[in-house]
Amino acid sequence: MDKLDNQIVINRLQEQFAEQVRVVSDPHGLLTVATEATTILDLLAFVKEDEQLRFNYLTDITAVHYPNDERDFCVVYHVHNLLHNVRLRIKVFINGPVPTIPSATTLWNGANWMERETFDFFGVVFEGHPDLRRILNMDELEVFPMRKEYPLEDPNRVDKKDFYFGR
Amino acid sequence: MSKPITKITPNAAVFFDNDPQDELTTLNIGPTHPATHGVFQNVVQIDGERIVSGVSTIGYIHRAFEKIAEHRPFYQITPLTDRLNYCSSPINNMGWHMTVEKLLDIELPKRVQYMRVIVMELARIADHIICNGILGVDTGAFSGFLYVMQEREFIYEIFEEICGARLTTNIGRIGGFERDFNEIAFHKIEEFLKRFPPVLKEFENLFVRNRIFIERTSGVAAVTPEDALNYSWSGPILRATGVDYDVRSTAPYSSYEEFDFDVPVGANGDVYDRFMVRNEEMWQSLRIIEQALEKIKKEPAGVFHADVPEFYLPPKEQVYTNMEALIYHFKIVMGEWETPKSEVYHAVEGGNGELGFYLIHDGGRTPYRLHFRRPSFINYQMFAPMSSGMLISDAIINMSSLNVIAGELDA
Repeated sequence: MDKLDNQIVINRLQEQFAEQVRVVSDPHGLLTVATEATTILDLLAFVKEDEQLRFNYLTDITAVHYPNDERDFCVVYHVHNLLHNVRLRIKVFINGPVPTIPSATTLWNGANWMERETFDFFGVVFEGHPDLRRILNMDELEVFPMRKEYPLEDPNRVDKKDFYFGR
Repeated sequence: MSKPITKITPNAAVFFDNDPQDELTTLNIGPTHPATHGVFQNVVQIDGERIVSGVSTIGYIHRAFEKIAEHRPFYQITPLTDRLNYCSSPINNMGWHMTVEKLLDIELPKRVQYMRVIVMELARIADHIICNGILGVDTGAFSGFLYVMQEREFIYEIFEEICGARLTTNIGRIGGFERDFNEIAFHKIEEFLKRFPPVLKEFENLFVRNRIFIERTSGVAAVTPEDALNYSWSGPILRATGVDYDVRSTAPYSSYEEFDFDVPVGANGDVYDRFMVRNEEMWQSLRIIEQALEKIKKEPAGVFHADVPEFYLPPKEQVYTNMEALIYHFKIVMGEWETPKSEVYHAVEGGNGELGFYLIHDGGRTPYRLHFRRPSFINYQMFAPMSSGMLISDAIINMSSLNVIAGELDA
């Protein structure tokens, strides 16, 4: 089998998904593609099972909050082809305030806690998850602490404002 | 482990569903139980000595590192990484430095890379010593633990010589080290290479062909490679199932590709194999350190950081006497550095597996988002499902062979 590289991955994804999957960039050699919440499970299943791609190792699931964007949450999947050491990053941008995305637990059992962690910190709801509860924070917590609107420190504190540093 | 994983909730009602006649006992293992070696809880439902089902509760020492990291300049995040897997904090530190260096496109001199390899491999030995020693203690053999603990102490003395700290090391800087290894440090590393092999050999003799130890561990908590990959396992416990995934050889960093070492794999994925994989990795680490010492001798002496004044803190005496150094000092400390907008995923082989740093940077003073892919967290999620059907005593040594470090579990 030929060595897998980013171009092969792009070609393979485009012939399968056409414009449903768009290539964002490849920062530091790690190919990044974006797709919609409706296609994410098909895409993950495809890259996992496809003979040529075989991204069968789920490295990580996490989310990012972009409060100023129209679609304010981004769920990020890292998958890894262990055979050729090629990684693929898949991004899904979704809307708040209750961002919803299908759960990948049907494909990888390992996704269970990663999705629980993402839910715990960002409030991303993974539909079809068998046990979507908080995992690191206490159950009584009412907010999702990694969202940008929750400050780390006292928000009234002024001595760290950018203004004082000439910004 | 072939049966499907059923839904588990901590809810007493679910336990009741399993047990309408109230014949089973519910037992709390943890949060502070000597057998858990850390603060996390397992509520198990037992039938005699056999576990029927279990629920893991974690997060007791969650310290919101990812949130804190969004408010700290890069070099202030290093002390946070110390407190992930505190048994091998130098690996975490180096992993974080390398992530930032990847973001900033900093190429390190070879000598610095070899120095990092030495520090990381010493840390790996310290980590595996603890895990295997504790596994011995949990199976009832206390003395092996004490033999190797002395050597761990010696590794900490080396760290102390290099950076001044022992456990939470905060070792190195972005771009290299804060100072060169001194004579005593090199001397101690060489002494360690001499004194550690006989001790490890003695430790091995206590366990490897010990009938009691083999019967206690062999075949316990065996995991198939398919299950291990499905649960995204990494590190020694994945290799014990026979999958040869080691970040150091699959995706080499810090010049690991120049070193000659083996990646040990197991066959059954049971507790015994995990012990043996960790044990063999310590021998391989010794080989790597030996080679690194040889390689360092061939490199120009006295180089301990890359030439990147805009990111590497200048020596203090220069800050007081040299204008450029003063400017750079202030720019770095106030976070006024020019950094690219980009995102990076960098993984290193930590003591427990693939330790990943996912950094999204928007060019500001602090990371926009930093996510730690913590191997303990991901490895541990299989514990409760795989425990059902196990004896309590087997579950305990299974937990200890997973080497769950509470700091890394909870971040």
